[in-house]
Amino acid sequence: MSLPPYASPLERAWYYSFRTACALIFLFLISPILVIIPLSFNAEPYFTFTEGMIALDAEAYSIRWYQDIVGNEQWIHSMENSIIVGIASTILATVLGTTAALGLSRPNMPYKGLAMGVLISPMIVPLIITAAGMFFFYSKVGLAQTYLGLILAHTALGTPFVVITVTATLTGFDQSLIRASQSLGATPTRTFFKVIMPLILPGVISGALFAFVTSFDEVVVVLFLAGFEQRTIPRQMWAGIREQISPTILAVATVLITISIMLLTTVELLRRRSDRLRGIKS
Amino acid sequence: MTDATVSPVGLMTSDGVPLKQSLARAERRSRIRAMMLVAPLFLFIMITFIVPIIDMLLRSVDNPRFQEVLPETAQVLMEWEGGGLPPESIYAVMAAEMKAAMKDRSLGRLTSRLNFEDPGMRTLMFKTARRLNRVDEGPWKEAMIKIDDEWGDPQVWALMKRTAPAYTTIHYLNAFDLTVSPEGEIVAQPEELQIYGLLFWRTIWMSLLITGLCALLGFPIAYLLATLPTKTSNLLMILVLLPFWTSLLVRTTTWIVLLQTEGVINDILVWATILNDDERIQMIYNQTGTIVAMTHILLPFMVLPLYSVMKTIDPSYMRAARSLGATQVTAFRRIYFPNTIPGLGAGGILVFILAIGYYITPALVGGRTGQLISNFIAFHMQESLNWGLGAALGAILLAGVLAMYWLYNKLIGVDNMKFG
Repeated sequence: MSLPPYASPLERAWYYSFRTACALIFLFLISPILVIIPLSFNAEPYFTFTEGMIALDAEAYSIRWYQDIVGNEQWIHSMENSIIVGIASTILATVLGTTAALGLSRPNMPYKGLAMGVLISPMIVPLIITAAGMFFFYSKVGLAQTYLGLILAHTALGTPFVVITVTATLTGFDQSLIRASQSLGATPTRTFFKVIMPLILPGVISGALFAFVTSFDEVVVVLFLAGFEQRTIPRQMWAGIREQISPTILAVATVLITISIMLLTTVELLRRRSDRLRGIKS
Repeated sequence: MTDATVSPVGLMTSDGVPLKQSLARAERRSRIRAMMLVAPLFLFIMITFIVPIIDMLLRSVDNPRFQEVLPETAQVLMEWEGGGLPPESIYAVMAAEMKAAMKDRSLGRLTSRLNFEDPGMRTLMFKTARRLNRVDEGPWKEAMIKIDDEWGDPQVWALMKRTAPAYTTIHYLNAFDLTVSPEGEIVAQPEELQIYGLLFWRTIWMSLLITGLCALLGFPIAYLLATLPTKTSNLLMILVLLPFWTSLLVRTTTWIVLLQTEGVINDILVWATILNDDERIQMIYNQTGTIVAMTHILLPFMVLPLYSVMKTIDPSYMRAARSLGATQVTAFRRIYFPNTIPGLGAGGILVFILAIGYYITPALVGGRTGQLISNFIAFHMQESLNWGLGAALGAILLAGVLAMYWLYNKLIGVDNMKFG
């Protein structure tokens, strides 16, 4: 929508004020992220730009907060925990979610709406209710304050994303491809790996990434369920924000932003590939 | 096909089974196969997620303490028809059981439950149990009234009778700012204890405000993204998706950094001499902070569905309206806007559902005035340990969210939910 040459002055004014408003909204969306990255290199322990930083004085910048993370045993330990819990729950969620999505996409799945409702519910129920429920129940069966309990909880929270993305990739999936493969003598396993899997792989991977991010970013359930030993990065940040706020938090935040940029790029590339494979023009 | 005369009765498969029967069997088999694929995840979600939540919500009506600590007293109190003072037999049963409970130290579990009803009960119970140890025989009624004349008060006995059953509605009454008067009638809580009505109201209006702000901010940029050439819009889309993918705690932290009194925005305002150094605005640790941060966090959930709906609106509609003599404003109002309603509805319900149950952001930047219902649930679960009330508040919140989800499903369908 570019401005036509015959636009009246009023239309011209509207056009430019609309563009300005949009620019401001985009600024609102992105500014927090833009502010936090330079601030994490602040040489002073303040949460604001020093005069030296504005004058672009190299002295005013430092990587001391990053060194802080690397030198701090608690941060390293919680990073390990986040990765262990994240990867384990992602694998579980991806396997369970993909299988369920395959079943849900079959044309003759009975009670589809009901099943979908139950499978999606971990995404809908407010986290505080999930966390409180899991806290009492997992304590009863001895899973509270264990890695297994945390992994199971995060798996439950991550599966809806896998189910949704894989189901989306399966819409428009030509069921006759399966019949074709079987009529040519392939076993169901072979059909799955040679025919179905390559087609739904982009959906599976982006679902897995969503599940990983969900676990990696989750703090409410961790607050209720994890003991000191199972502290994850978000739990550590939570403590940092509430108790001993220090610029180390900003350095961790920058690291996390970098990770999310990488994940975002991967998902975007996968989505395009999936659209191309299914013949949808973006 | 349902008509018997046209059904292929005569057709058989090669094994001699009627075709219809064989088809039905094949369909049944494939239905079972589809269900078998869904079953593992279904069971997993049931065990790790649904059952724990139901178990927790049952605590809102559960009242086991009395029956655990003084089982026989609970029994006789429930049989007693109430009103006035109970007969000697009940005093006797209770005195015996209280002595035993004092001995095995289980009495404390009951008194903390009774204390939620009336803050004087703990003292009364322990005092009575201690002194009863020195009394060896009845009449127990006189002995107990001698220890404390509260035991001669019918209202105390009404309270005891009320707390004896294994199930209670008191937590739900409390969640709606109601309570049971000493006479056993349902009445409003005293003014200073009426906090939950206000809290529900605050949660709802703040969620509505945040949804409104998201719609207001999301609409223009979704429109811009949908109408720009694909190359440019893909680039700008990153500005929406990047915050969406960034850790929630990171985004909340950044708002603390930006909004606090010594923060970036106040610094800029002071530097631009709009404010004096001593006039810095308190923008965080209150409702403003919660609203700004939550609007920022939830905005992508509004933009993405709006964008995907706007993308499907044919630009020739607008051109047709213009060529038929509509002004830009009329064409937008009558043609474009009505077409975006599905996206606006989807985004709106999604943002509202997420906002109403939000915990982290209000807890970190909400201060005292920006707390939502979730924060009080957490408070009762972790700090006050009034689990019954926490569960009752949770059940009410969950009912509201599920109603919204049902509406969303009815209008849009979960299958149409998309990310990125």
